[in-house]
Amino acid sequence: MPEKYEPLIIAFICTYCTYTAADMAGSMRLQYPPNVRVVKLLCTGKVDVLYLLEAFNCGADVVMVSGCEIGDCHFLEGNLRAKERVEYAKTLLDELGLGAERLEMFHIGASDAPKWAAAVETMTRRALELGPNPVGRKRPLPAIEEQIGDLMP
Amino acid sequence: MSEDKRTDRKGDLSGAVMVVGAGIAGMQCSLDLANAGFLVHLVDRDISIGGNMAQLDKTFPTNDCSTCMISPKLIDVASNPNIRILSRSEVTGLEGEPGDFKVKVHKAPRFIDLDVCSGCGECIKACPVEVPADFNLGLNKRKAIYRHFPQAIPSAFAIDKIGSSPCKVACPANVSAQGYVALIAQGRYKEALALVRRDNPLPAVCGRICTRPCESQCSRCDLDEPIAVRDLKKFLADWEVKQGEMDLPKVKEKRPEKIAVIGSGPAGLSAAYYLALEGYQPTIFEALPVAGGMLRVGIPAFRLPREVLEYEIDYIKAAGVEIRLNSPIGRELSLEDLREQGFEAVFMSVGAHKGLRLGVDGENLPGVLSGVDFLRQASLGRAACPGDRVVVLGGGNVAIDAARTALRLGSREVTILYRRTRHEMPAYEEEIEEALEEGIKIEYLVAPRRFIADGRQVNGLEVIGMELGEPDESGRRRPQPVAGSERVIPIDGAISAIGQEPDLDFLEPKTDLKADRRSRLLANPLTLQTSIPWVFAGGDAVTGPASAIEAIAMGKEAAISIGRYIRGEDLAAGRQREWSVAKVETKGLDKKSRRRPPLAEPTGRVRNFDEVVGVFDEAEAQAEAQRCLSCGVCSECYQCLEVCQAGAIRHDMSAQDIELRVGSLVLAPGFKPFDATQKPEYGYGRYPNVLTSLQFERVLSASGPFGGHVQRPSDGREPKRIAWIQCVGSRDASIGHDFCSYVCCMYATKQAIIAQEHAAGLEASIFYMDIRAQGKGFDRYYERAKKDHGVRYVRSMLSRVIEDPTSHDLEVQYFDEANNLVSERFDMVVLSVGLAPHPAAKALVEAVGVETDVFGFAKRQELNPLATSKEGVFVCGAFQAPRDIPDTVMQASGAAAEAGALLAQARGSEIRPEEFPPERDIRGEEPRIGVYVCHCGINIGGVVDVPAVVEYAKGLPHVVEAQEFLFTCSTDSQGQMARFIEEHQLNRVVVASCSPRTHESLFRDTLRRAGLNPYLFEMANIRDQCSWVHAKDHDAATAKAKDLVRMSVARAALLEPLHQFPAPVEQTALVIGGGPAGLTAALNLAEQGFYTHLVEKSDQLGGLARRLRRTLEGFDVQAWLSELEDKVRHNGLIKIHLQTEVVEIKGHVGQFKASLKSGDRVRSVAHGAVVVATGAEEYQPTEFLAQEDERVTTQLALHEALHGQGDPLAGVRDVVMIQCVGSRDEEHPYCSRICCSQAVANALRIKELNPDIEVTVLFRDIRTFSLKELYYKQARDKGVRFVRFDAERPPQVSPGAEGLEVLVFDQILGEWLSFRADRLVLSAAVRPNAETKHLAGALKLPLDSDGFFMEAHLKLRPVDFVNSGFFLAGGAHGPKFLEECISQAKAAAARAATILAQKEMMVGGEVAVVDGERCVACLTCVRSCPYGVPQLNEEGVVYIDPAACHGCGICASQCPRKLIQVQHHSDLQTLFKACHLRA
Repeated sequence: MPEKYEPLIIAFICTYCTYTAADMAGSMRLQYPPNVRVVKLLCTGKVDVLYLLEAFNCGADVVMVSGCEIGDCHFLEGNLRAKERVEYAKTLLDELGLGAERLEMFHIGASDAPKWAAAVETMTRRALELGPNPVGRKRPLPAIEEQIGDLMP
Repeated sequence: MSEDKRTDRKGDLSGAVMVVGAGIAGMQCSLDLANAGFLVHLVDRDISIGGNMAQLDKTFPTNDCSTCMISPKLIDVASNPNIRILSRSEVTGLEGEPGDFKVKVHKAPRFIDLDVCSGCGECIKACPVEVPADFNLGLNKRKAIYRHFPQAIPSAFAIDKIGSSPCKVACPANVSAQGYVALIAQGRYKEALALVRRDNPLPAVCGRICTRPCESQCSRCDLDEPIAVRDLKKFLADWEVKQGEMDLPKVKEKRPEKIAVIGSGPAGLSAAYYLALEGYQPTIFEALPVAGGMLRVGIPAFRLPREVLEYEIDYIKAAGVEIRLNSPIGRELSLEDLREQGFEAVFMSVGAHKGLRLGVDGENLPGVLSGVDFLRQASLGRAACPGDRVVVLGGGNVAIDAARTALRLGSREVTILYRRTRHEMPAYEEEIEEALEEGIKIEYLVAPRRFIADGRQVNGLEVIGMELGEPDESGRRRPQPVAGSERVIPIDGAISAIGQEPDLDFLEPKTDLKADRRSRLLANPLTLQTSIPWVFAGGDAVTGPASAIEAIAMGKEAAISIGRYIRGEDLAAGRQREWSVAKVETKGLDKKSRRRPPLAEPTGRVRNFDEVVGVFDEAEAQAEAQRCLSCGVCSECYQCLEVCQAGAIRHDMSAQDIELRVGSLVLAPGFKPFDATQKPEYGYGRYPNVLTSLQFERVLSASGPFGGHVQRPSDGREPKRIAWIQCVGSRDASIGHDFCSYVCCMYATKQAIIAQEHAAGLEASIFYMDIRAQGKGFDRYYERAKKDHGVRYVRSMLSRVIEDPTSHDLEVQYFDEANNLVSERFDMVVLSVGLAPHPAAKALVEAVGVETDVFGFAKRQELNPLATSKEGVFVCGAFQAPRDIPDTVMQASGAAAEAGALLAQARGSEIRPEEFPPERDIRGEEPRIGVYVCHCGINIGGVVDVPAVVEYAKGLPHVVEAQEFLFTCSTDSQGQMARFIEEHQLNRVVVASCSPRTHESLFRDTLRRAGLNPYLFEMANIRDQCSWVHAKDHDAATAKAKDLVRMSVARAALLEPLHQFPAPVEQTALVIGGGPAGLTAALNLAEQGFYTHLVEKSDQLGGLARRLRRTLEGFDVQAWLSELEDKVRHNGLIKIHLQTEVVEIKGHVGQFKASLKSGDRVRSVAHGAVVVATGAEEYQPTEFLAQEDERVTTQLALHEALHGQGDPLAGVRDVVMIQCVGSRDEEHPYCSRICCSQAVANALRIKELNPDIEVTVLFRDIRTFSLKELYYKQARDKGVRFVRFDAERPPQVSPGAEGLEVLVFDQILGEWLSFRADRLVLSAAVRPNAETKHLAGALKLPLDSDGFFMEAHLKLRPVDFVNSGFFLAGGAHGPKFLEECISQAKAAAARAATILAQKEMMVGGEVAVVDGERCVACLTCVRSCPYGVPQLNEEGVVYIDPAACHGCGICASQCPRKLIQVQHHSDLQTLFKACHLRA
């Protein structure tokens, strides 16, 4: 393993539960690895397989999705949809050779800050075990780049 | 008040409410009222709102940052157009009746214009006055001009000025002595000198010869000695000379008018100077060949060196004053001549140069001189030695000066003869001392009779002895000759110095200028105008011989008069000043001796005219200046005026008394922490390392006195061992504070945890009686403190604290549980001080006319917790009884509901809609992004390298501007951000700070105020999710912060403006649950004018309250309940649905549809808001033989029996109660809050029915919090036995024929004790009921880990659900007392009213939109939407109703063609953010 490998984790999390828990982890000063980058969504129901693949494409070593506890989704069933899509994306990752274990779905309630810290811990450890994402293009897919056009750096 | 009564009075109801006290209670109440359509006057005594909560560091049990929570609230209040903040104001009177009150309010001056101050803080740097910082409880200093904290609202600064300092008032010229003394203390000599010259152009002169009335009035006179003001002034003047650069006067634009000043003494000089400053052209006509008047020819050079006077005259000339020497007015140049020469006005300041005659024989002999003549001749270098043996007659300064001058001119023997004693002598003490030092003799009680001559030259003086008789009109005892005491003194010369008068011989005999008998010119005392309108007069010429400073003062006044005269203005208007003199209490202050300047050696100094008195060096001057007590707080040095760019400072602002008309008042004056000096055994105030808990909050706070570093005040060392002492000022009958203060156990726990975070390895010990963790989540917090943080809890009785005087370490002595006296050493002791009613509340209740209890809390009104003894006046918060923040917030909203119900008819009558500037059209613009990175005190800046993040942001694409802020949420940062948006024409903004959950709306409002669409905003959470959670890895946290900023900037570039549009609100409420909370909520909503559906699943109303007879306080529950039920049943706006369940609620806030199922029938009702009040239930225990032995019962069952029919205690001798059954265990780790009080209530009832029955309560901690403590004490007094057990070893119960046997393990004795019981009463837990669980599932409402409903925010949103439009109340939220259910129910009603009061609300925005052009109507979205919102429209494409869409985006991610986008959350925006994961 190269010495400089510092894994990057992207986390798509929902506002009402996991994001609240993540904020609460801050209030409680729970300490967890600094490798995670959060993208806040209103609901994990918004998670698209495209997001997951693109995250890997852009250099994430592992990706996590975290929504409300099963049955507690603020939007009734968004977390269930997310779960389905994560499952599907995992099969794609296996097919691609990246490996399904680079992607994980969590369910963390708003008051469960320790669970969030533990989830980040778990995924960081996993990223270290799996090593760097071999794709790591660090640029968006051409289709996205085209849409963004002038705004591209 | 009934519905009908209100309707009748509709016409004269006011739509405004006054909320008194702007702590968290006052703020919440104001917001709820304002958002429900009422105008709010929010009155607070302090300069800013926020109350005690603003001083807290973190809050329990979540450790949320108090400032972070409160600052958005502050801004909500400040930006709400319906709330008018009256800071520094107090209610002084109330008239009228409910609905139509007139309130008198006294507004103390702030001295700063609220509307003009930009909060930049430059004035703080300029202000020289330091006083103990009240916000930090005196742990450090602040300036006299100040703001409590950066996020304060109003954001304007304020000046503390309790009056003018006595020195300033005493000074005839009103020079701000305290001001320049304060500036000297800071080494700001140039500013200090300029301040003197503002009112006195002769600082060097007055620094030497002033009569210094200022010093005689100095507050330090009461303590030791006055400040050496004169010497300090001399130091200043000499400092400038030494610097070599004259700070030239700033003169206004030249004006053509010429003014003649007759005489160049201090009056003439200062008149000319101040006229010149105004641009006039003054010319001084001086008869003598030298300028300066008496200063030059009356005061010898050894007191006032000539070059010093010259320097000051040069200074005055530099202002544009012309001095013509040898130019007497009289025959050659008359007043008329001056007029003809074009002088518009004349100032006569000719002094008093004519010596008074003794009136004795021989006075005209050669060798007998007049003192003033002698000094004048000496000054002009024309005097010879007056003789070898000289007598000087008189006791004033002239006499002393003449004597000392004679000595210096060669006289060998100089004797002063004075007819009274030294005590009456008017000359200055030091002058007398210096004269004596120089060898001059003084004889007292002698008066001259006649001069004797040997030929022509005088050679003797016959004198007579005197004695003191009765006091004369001057108050001095009149000297009377002693017959037969005549004697002759041989002399060679004599100088008579008994006084002088003006010499008006130069005036033409026919002049109109009037004078009195003693040749004093007559002038108006205020304007100094003489009998000739264009001639003014001042100085000794008017007063007779007086001091230089009086002459200067008159010269200055004359300049004002002359200016006005020339401009044709009223001479007198506004010049009569009334002073309010500030005097400080000197008791207990340390004495510090006054510094004295050095003196020249007496033997040497008598040989020349060199100056005798020396001058302070810098160190002495500063040290002397630091003795000043800052009497007025503000020193009126006007430095703030100099630096305030905005021009916001108003030193002349005065108090205002206003009257406001309101319909109702809510009193929320809050509490003040107990004054710990009342418990001297703990050493507070004497030992530096004994702090109060509020002081310790400030110690912990990043914005506190030590920047968040935990340190000892005595030596700045980080403490290793801290002791918290609980119940200081609580549960203490000896000081009349019998009540429990509710919050101390939890805040001490919090402080212990947080202190450990700040200071690694810190050992925290808490000395307590009972741990009271009765609130939501408290017990878990307490357990975590013990187990995870190792906080040590010591159950004990405190004895005292003793300090080791050398190390300042502290020894805490206490009795442990086994009653052994133990002593332990600590580095610091924190006293957990209790809550006492705010002292200001006393004046308030008197002004308003409401009653208080013995402690000063508002008197409690039956089961009407928010009412006061006065109708229409409500109460909330800690003034009602000690309580924590969530309970306070609940009460605050509840009080808003009460006022709202009273004034429902007038809702909306006094408010105006909020207005924003027009939105800038940014179409076609390239992204121009501004990035603002927050330090958040040290919350972020202490971990993340903020400047590095800012630099990094500057290099990101489209970023045109990046800045850092100490607190981005502070009002001035917001203002700056708005200015930057304008300046750089920004069209997107990124803030990297805390969580968008708490602060996004705040920043969005800033954008709106700056004319940008609020959606052009993006936030990076670099605190809650970065600095706080990676506190130890600064580099990684910084790298992460950069990444988060980069990702946010990427998304920001793609943001688009978004607009909401109005949608109608169904102004009807739905209340679920018909218990006390539901009934109360429904009734209040109806009283507020909203149609309300009340749904109850059983066949009757009343819920658990049906089983309650009396509260602990003795209130009759059934009477209250039946009255409430009656009101609900007869209210035309309430529709009761019994035996009905809510199966589903569809729609969104403002537009809900509920399906109500009753039997087989399901009906749908429309409503705009929901209150969930489904209650709780008593746990039915299985332990302690509960289900097996009929002698075992629960508290509730016992309560019913004790208040029921028959003899419930027949044959009972012993009752044992066991607390915490089903509470505080592994499975249910929460406290049920009510059981301790229930046990106490039942125990008291048993004792009431039969005092012989033995009642034993087995407990873990007795949690009779707040005023319920009084009943616990009563129970103990009545003989109820309380025995503690440990959770590890619970009591054991076995049946027996002679009663149950209850064993309890005694910790102290280490053995099991046995009790027999005829009744065993279990304090069974409060549990969520089935209905709660069912509704949580059916309505998707969140539950907490104990199965109760979870509020949106533990502290500040205790009655809101996260789900908008849903509110909660009562037992369904957690265990509660009945009166708490009532308060919360009213709170929920108030919160619901904020929605229902609107006819329409804004919808849309972040919702899904279909690309109808390309939609192929595959219906995937229709199938996937959990709310069934997407519908196929007539054109065959899908339409999503923006008012109904929740914005979750499930449809968008399901759409196979990607034709649905959630606005503001488009795929591209999200992806682009994700794409910038790596740099």
